[in-house]
Amino acid sequence: MVMDRIKRLLRRDETAPAAANVFPGESHEKPSAAAVWERHSHGLAEFSGALEPRTGLNLLDFGELLQANVTYLTSFGHKLYSVALWRDMAANPSLYSEDSEEQNEARLKLFLNSNLNYPNDHFDGVLLWDALEFLPSLLMKAAVERLHRVMKPGGCMLAVFHAEEKASEVPVYSYRIASADTLQLEIKFLRRPARHFNNRAIEKMFQQFHSVKFFLTRDNLREVIVRR
Amino acid sequence: MWKRREEDYSPKSVSPPAPAERAREGIPMQTLPARAAEPEAARGSALIGKSVVIKGQIYSREDMYIDGELEGTLESPEHRVTVGPNGKVRASIKAREVVISGAIQGNIETSDKIDIRKDAKLVGDIRTARIVIEDGAYFKGSIDIQRPEVGRAPSAPKPQPAAATPAQTATATSAPQQQPLTPGAADPKR
Repeated sequence: MVMDRIKRLLRRDETAPAAANVFPGESHEKPSAAAVWERHSHGLAEFSGALEPRTGLNLLDFGELLQANVTYLTSFGHKLYSVALWRDMAANPSLYSEDSEEQNEARLKLFLNSNLNYPNDHFDGVLLWDALEFLPSLLMKAAVERLHRVMKPGGCMLAVFHAEEKASEVPVYSYRIASADTLQLEIKFLRRPARHFNNRAIEKMFQQFHSVKFFLTRDNLREVIVRR
Repeated sequence: MWKRREEDYSPKSVSPPAPAERAREGIPMQTLPARAAEPEAARGSALIGKSVVIKGQIYSREDMYIDGELEGTLESPEHRVTVGPNGKVRASIKAREVVISGAIQGNIETSDKIDIRKDAKLVGDIRTARIVIEDGAYFKGSIDIQRPEVGRAPSAPKPQPAAATPAQTATATSAPQQQPLTPGAADPKR
């Protein structure tokens, strides 16, 4: 157990030297080269492929506002909607805490109104990245239900989950689109996930959707393509 | 260990002074007149200072720099509007170019460019021809890039860089056939 911890600490030193345990926007230290890497992404390739023949689609991005992603997605004539979820989580931690003392109904209303207040069947694509993993279960279930409503039938969603089930903390990445099938990942900080998901749990979560497809990556992530 | 300490206390390298500063070399620093904290972008612009609050409609025929508060509408179709770090704007803005370092709540429409700096906070919808975004900006809303209609074949859409820093669009159409990566990466619905 001690060894595991040491290994974990060593691994953390290698991958996230400076920006660990800090909310986004609060750390201005530049991550080392080891904390940024580029790799092929089957999930992104599948997502891009699902959108490619069409232009002028409505896309929803739960990630950080990044120049590369905006440039890439709008270059096809798509309209991009951005949800500043991480910033809201940092600004309003009690709303996003699992053991929040606030009334659940009020929390839900606030969360859905500020992040997912869109008309039904509005989005052709959703880049969810790893947002669900850090939401308390109450908000996560509501978010999935609302996503089902605001996505068009046949719409495509890319979600990411950490595959390392025993990790007490997992890296929170920024996902920068380098090309249709290449992602640049940057470790922003480490965080305790609200829970761990295996394939079965992910399938169950998206059971009302049409299909769920998994891609396991070498950096211990599950990229999941969900079709409405 | 001792050696490291010496290094810690060793003087840091100093870059040579800029030509403008060389002229002042003989003058002790404290005798220089205190410069007003006027941002560079504000020079030559109509300035709304940080203690100014305006409610209503503004139509401007020159560049504007807003470091105070504005509520209403702002139109400057041929010019640039800059919202400084202290600026708080609750207004819809129409301009040629908008640079944001402060907070805006409202929709923005530009004929040329929007520049969102890292400390900016923007809630609203954007329509623009080009957009430049620094990492760290807060944005909630939609981005609609309006491109000029010049010579674009509708049947073969190719990625065009929407922003001033064109990047990562060349391979947009080169996605290979998709295959699950590992044996465990199967489609469970199949």
